[in-house]
Amino acid sequence: MSSEEKTGGLLSHNEWARRDLRWLFGSAQALLFVLLILIGLGPVVWLAKGAITPTIDTLRNPLALFPHGVAWSNLTEAWSQVHVGRYFWNTVVLAFGSWLCQIVVATTGAFVLSVLRPAWGKFIYWLLLGTLFVPAIVLVVPLYIEIVHPPLIRHSFVESYWAIWLPAGASAFNVVLMKRFFDNLPRELFEAAKIDGAGPVRLFFSIVLPLSKPILGVVSIFAILAEWKNFLWPFLVLTNSPDRQPLSVRLPAIQPQTQIGVLLASMLIASLVPLIGFLVFQRTFLRGTGLGGALKG
Amino acid sequence: MISGDSTRAGEPVAIGGAAVTRPRVRGRFSPLDWVRRGGLSAVAFALPMLVIFTAFSWYPITRLVVLSLQTTNLVDPPSWVGLQNFRDVLNDPLFMTALKNTAYFALLALLFGFPIPLIAAVLISESRRFRGAYSALAYLPVVIPPVVGVMLWRYVFYEPSSVGLFNTVLGWFHMGPYGWLQSTGTAMPALVVESTWANAGTTVIIYLAALMSVDRDLYDAASVDGANLWRKVWHVTVPQIRGVLLVMFMLQIIGTAQVFLEPYLFTSGGPANATLTLLLLVYQYAFGNSIGVGFGQAAALSLMVAVFLAIFSLVFLRLTRSWSTT
Repeated sequence: MSSEEKTGGLLSHNEWARRDLRWLFGSAQALLFVLLILIGLGPVVWLAKGAITPTIDTLRNPLALFPHGVAWSNLTEAWSQVHVGRYFWNTVVLAFGSWLCQIVVATTGAFVLSVLRPAWGKFIYWLLLGTLFVPAIVLVVPLYIEIVHPPLIRHSFVESYWAIWLPAGASAFNVVLMKRFFDNLPRELFEAAKIDGAGPVRLFFSIVLPLSKPILGVVSIFAILAEWKNFLWPFLVLTNSPDRQPLSVRLPAIQPQTQIGVLLASMLIASLVPLIGFLVFQRTFLRGTGLGGALKG
Repeated sequence: MISGDSTRAGEPVAIGGAAVTRPRVRGRFSPLDWVRRGGLSAVAFALPMLVIFTAFSWYPITRLVVLSLQTTNLVDPPSWVGLQNFRDVLNDPLFMTALKNTAYFALLALLFGFPIPLIAAVLISESRRFRGAYSALAYLPVVIPPVVGVMLWRYVFYEPSSVGLFNTVLGWFHMGPYGWLQSTGTAMPALVVESTWANAGTTVIIYLAALMSVDRDLYDAASVDGANLWRKVWHVTVPQIRGVLLVMFMLQIIGTAQVFLEPYLFTSGGPANATLTLLLLVYQYAFGNSIGVGFGQAAALSLMVAVFLAIFSLVFLRLTRSWSTT
């Protein structure tokens, strides 16, 4: 993708010079910009505004701009009285564990499939690709039974974070994405390291991982974000321990007994980490690496 | 980027694994030799993947099939019932309702979610200066956690009283207030609108990447040959991004067939089952009443959805292989 787009795109120079076309396209673009501000930014800004607006004002006129001042107390009340602080911490712990499990499985697995290449690697790879056809949500019922009554182990994992951390690792998409990246690393480097006497462990930690920072970043960002958004699975396996539930599970639960101003403040707090993450890693998101990779089937 | 696939220069050399260039003695397998060639370390490295995928992917898939043929209540040992669970599901009047609703959701989502992001992406791709700002704005709703998005829409935008955000705006024109989620006619479209808002950003980004990877020279060449705007769209853009369009179409069908969060959090399937979808029905079978009673039916319905989607994707990919350029 060249940054220098001086030559024409879909519209050529001559067409950009034509007044009717330029007017048509320009106004369509301007309209799109206004719509995107309204649809994309609008709800986020409104949420931020509602989070610091007194409940009574939000209830009377949701579009008025602070008719009776700003209620910063919504945020502090949400954080301490509604215990959003604790749920926030729960979410962080859950996201960190899921991230760790996904990274360990994806890097070591892809290392075997792409670099070590044992004879049985092909077979495993096909099994992995097969699971891409099985949507995660249809496995909820058998997974739930497995967590409640695990085979071989006589210990229920219900109400435990392990029930969320470990299944998160089983993402075939991560392994495939990682393997494709490893496939493109220069083989000569591995050969040279091997001649210098590096074993597989050395190869993995000193050569493959340091070269894979870009893809590790992508997988990490999407892993953390996915766990932050996760609702159904933590809702099912942590049903009876509200104190240990993440934000996405707690928010609908606290809604009935929380006034709207404080509720909006809680929702804003729940969105802060993904929003800040997006602002910081914008390019990773907008390049579509994590999603685009899936398209090349 | 979409086209960032590996075009490998020749077959890479296997490292440390089985394929080290040593003349192999045919028909004889020596464990010592296998260990010396690094077979053990490959197994050690594969262990996390093998354990996690066996436990949480391959075993549950097998278990799903077994469950669909059994009745179980988590206490007594399960008993085999053949295809009874499938018969139960197919005879359940709610199944047809859920099937119709899911198809309706998919259709509406396609109607909103296919052309709008495409038009947006075309307009964005022609903007030189503000491309980043456009795409960041379009992607912003995707970043909001889905639960927050749904709650924001449910308790603020779709609030049925006159102080709901939409009803406030309509009130300026002396319309409403409407109970968006409370009437059987508008509940499903209301869900689709929120869902499109929440997901369209991803589609825009993918279309945009595809559009940007179209070779600019093709447009120039077409212009030189005297093609006007529409001919360029039809003869250059569309063929160049056809592969992405087809895959996105497929992914959207697959995604909407599994819709759960929106109907669950917005309406719990109501009013009068107007938003009961297939996956919500699975949830109700499995966890709706006393837990465990309907695990068999839930597994049977899950399996049917999964098999349908797998067959759909395979057939779709096979049928469209010849049309796709990528």
